[in-house]
Formats: sequence, structure tokens, C-alpha cells
Amino acid sequence: MAKGMFSYSIGKKLIMGLTGMFLILFLIVHCGINSLIFLNDGGETFNRAAEFMSHNWLMRTLEVGLFLGFILHIIQSLILTLENKKARKIGYAVSNANANSKWYSRSMGLLGTLILIFLILHLRHFWVVSRFTDHISSGEETLYDEMKEVFANPIVVIIYVLAQISLAYHLMHGFQSAFQTLGLNHKKYTPIIKKIGTIYAIIIPLLFALMPIVMYLGIVK
Amino acid sequence: MKITLKVWRQKNKQDAGHFETYQLDNVSPDMSFLEMFDVLNEKLISEGKEPVAFDHDCREGICGMCSMYINGRPHGPLRGVTTCQLHMRSFKDGDTIVVEPWRSTAFPVIKDLTVDRSAFDRIIQAGGYISVNTGSARDANNILVPKENADKAFLAAACIGCGACVAACKNASAMLFVAAKVSQFALLPQGQIERKQRVLNMVKKMDEEGFGNCTNTGACEAECPKGISLENIARMNREYICAALTSEK
Repeated sequence: MAKGMFSYSIGKKLIMGLTGMFLILFLIVHCGINSLIFLNDGGETFNRAAEFMSHNWLMRTLEVGLFLGFILHIIQSLILTLENKKARKIGYAVSNANANSKWYSRSMGLLGTLILIFLILHLRHFWVVSRFTDHISSGEETLYDEMKEVFANPIVVIIYVLAQISLAYHLMHGFQSAFQTLGLNHKKYTPIIKKIGTIYAIIIPLLFALMPIVMYLGIVK
Repeated sequence: MKITLKVWRQKNKQDAGHFETYQLDNVSPDMSFLEMFDVLNEKLISEGKEPVAFDHDCREGICGMCSMYINGRPHGPLRGVTTCQLHMRSFKDGDTIVVEPWRSTAFPVIKDLTVDRSAFDRIIQAGGYISVNTGSARDANNILVPKENADKAFLAAACIGCGACVAACKNASAMLFVAAKVSQFALLPQGQIERKQRVLNMVKKMDEEGFGNCTNTGACEAECPKGISLENIARMNREYICAALTSEK
């Protein structure tokens, strides 16, 4: 391996792409399990799945990897953003960037920051409660009960929905951008990747956004 | 046509610079953008004022010298066109046009609208060449090249190194330029000798010169007067990752 590969631009971008893809895979698993609440069986299936995930050594190991993935993705993006700011110290008086690129592709840092703020709140709501308080592990309350409790607050519901909109736009660019960064560009496959990326960026955040809404409205009991 | 121009004036590298407003009353729609600047400069000279410094050479869209950022876009509002090939008929009578130099830390302003693009030359020096035996000319068809690769290499080699990609990119990244240069050699048999070292050296130099990192917004491709494709950036990423992972140095 070339010395200092990851200290050069393409190496740093490679880390962004790889961690991004890993997080994309994680979202499929997370969304898949949470979607079990739509079965509307009082959270029975969902609780069983949550139980399996929290008492499985493989999942607990992957959880550490997941945290590392998030941290690497965030730190690397901060480094890249600072470097990019330095690359143009004096900006333009007039910029017509909408003529050449999509606003969300230029706003990945802002969208990512919004997602990070949401993530901290989200971890506080569910991860901290399920790991560090004993009323879930002791069986007094289930994760499903916790969801109902958290989503009884309309402000929380609004924040969750807004965060999913940020996520949708972040993924809309991020999904196909990760492939490009990894050098995976092909005349036939790239248009397919872009389509899958768009569908993914709509479906996953939409399902996530529906969860607090249906719980708040009592459609899922 | 009556045109109001807001032009960036800067005495030298150290000067902070400012916008100056000029009024031109007799602009022909058939003038090129640079000819309109020639008229402005003649007017300024006749008034005893300092003319606006701007880069130009061939005025045929092939040398890569002209470099104006017009109304928020490099080379102005048209696609696939350099500033010299832009004509005043693309604007309306009474328009105000804001003209700025390329903005990038790696391209410092020398004077007014002229920037120093020698960072590109240094990137080329770092690896944009091939090894050949000198001596008598060899048969042109001695080395076989697949037609598809020859076409792709040719399209990459169409890059004129004007720097519009850097100017358009929100990160002032030079990835499209470097990718075009890496690609034109990587696709051809003549480029294989330095293939791995080339991409490593050119990317290293690109970073050292202070260009930003690519975030795949695609602004460079959209603004490139020669239509260099983002496909080249993906190819360079591939070339770099393969070269870096297999390098023994």
C-alpha cells in the first residue's frame, strides 16, 4: 500500500464512501426491523426482533462497528469540509450554482449536521434507555412501549419527520456519490445505481417518518 | 445594446480588490464577450484609465486561456462554450453583467481578471507524460489500440486546462482536470509504463497545490467547455485506489 494513502484526497474520500455505504446497509436493517410495528400486533413481533438484536453477540459486535462507522464518517467529513473551505478563501460575489448542480449535493454538510443533531436525540430516546436503564432489560417495559411514550409528544414527531427529510436528501446524493468515489462508474450500471439510489432515498426515510406519525395518531396501537 | 459591466479590479496579488462599474452604449450583439472587453479597454485607455487585464489567446475556444466568471458561472451562461466563443447576443439590452476572476486558493489573482494557473502545469509535470524511445519515427499502427479506448482517450484529451472545473466547484477541486489527464494515458498502451506512479504523483501534487476535495456535485462536468465527463473522475478514483493498494513503496 502506498504510504499515507488515506492522507490524500482520494484516500480520504474513499473512507467517506465506504463508511457511507456501511451506514446505508445499516439503515436497511434498522428500517426493516422497525417496520415490524406496521403489523399492528401490539408490538409483539417488533419486541421479539428487538430482543433478538440486543441479546445477540454478533449484533453487539456490529454495534461497535456501527458507532465507529458513524464517527469516522463525521470526523472525515469535518476534515474534508475545512480543507474545502481553505481551497477557496475568497468567494464569488455572484454565484449561480443552481445552473450546474443540485442544491442537496452542495449541502451535504448542512444535511449531515441536521442528521447528527437528530441522531443524538434519537440515541437519547431509545439507545440510552434500552442499554443503560433497567426497566426495559428487566422486562417491566418493552421497547415498543418506549416508542409509544416518546411519540406521544407532537414536537418529537415533527423533529423526527424533519430529520427524515434531511436524511432523504442526504441519501439522494450520498448513495450514488459513494459509488462514484469508489470508482464504480459504468455506462450500463451507473444509471441503474442512480435509480436505485433515488428509490432508496425516498422509501427508507418515508418508512422511518411514518413510524412516529402512525404511533402519534394511534393508527398503530 | 446597452450593457452595464461590474468588473473585478485588483492591482496585484497583494491588493484587496473591488468591483468597478462601467457603462457601454454601443455593444453589437455579434461581438464576442472578449471583443466587448476590447471595446471597454479602448474606451478606458482613451480616458487615460488603466485597462482591464484579462487572459486570452486563440479566441477559438481551443487554447484554454480565457477564464472569466460571468454572472455566477465560469465562461458565462452557455454550455460547452469558452468565454471567447460567447457572444453578446446571449445577453439582453440593458443587462448588468458581473465579471469575476476564477476563485481558488491554488489560482491566485495576478491582476484584475487574470489568475495564475501554473498549479496545473506543476500537476502535469508530476506525471502527465509518457516514456518514449527517441530515434526514427515508428510505424503509426505498430501499437494496436481498441477503437473504444482511443475514442475515450481522445475525449479526455480534449481538456484544454482552462480551470473552469475548479472555478465551478464549490470546493475548488481540480479533480476533473487531473482525471482527464490521468485517463487519456491510462486508456492507451503508451501510458502503461508510468500508469501507477502517474496517478499517485499527480493526485499528491494536486493536494499539495491546495485544491479542494471532490464531493461529486457534477458542477465541473456541467460547466466544462469541452464536455469532459465525470466518468473520468471515477476512472481516476479506480486508478488511484488500485495503484495505492498495490504500491510497494
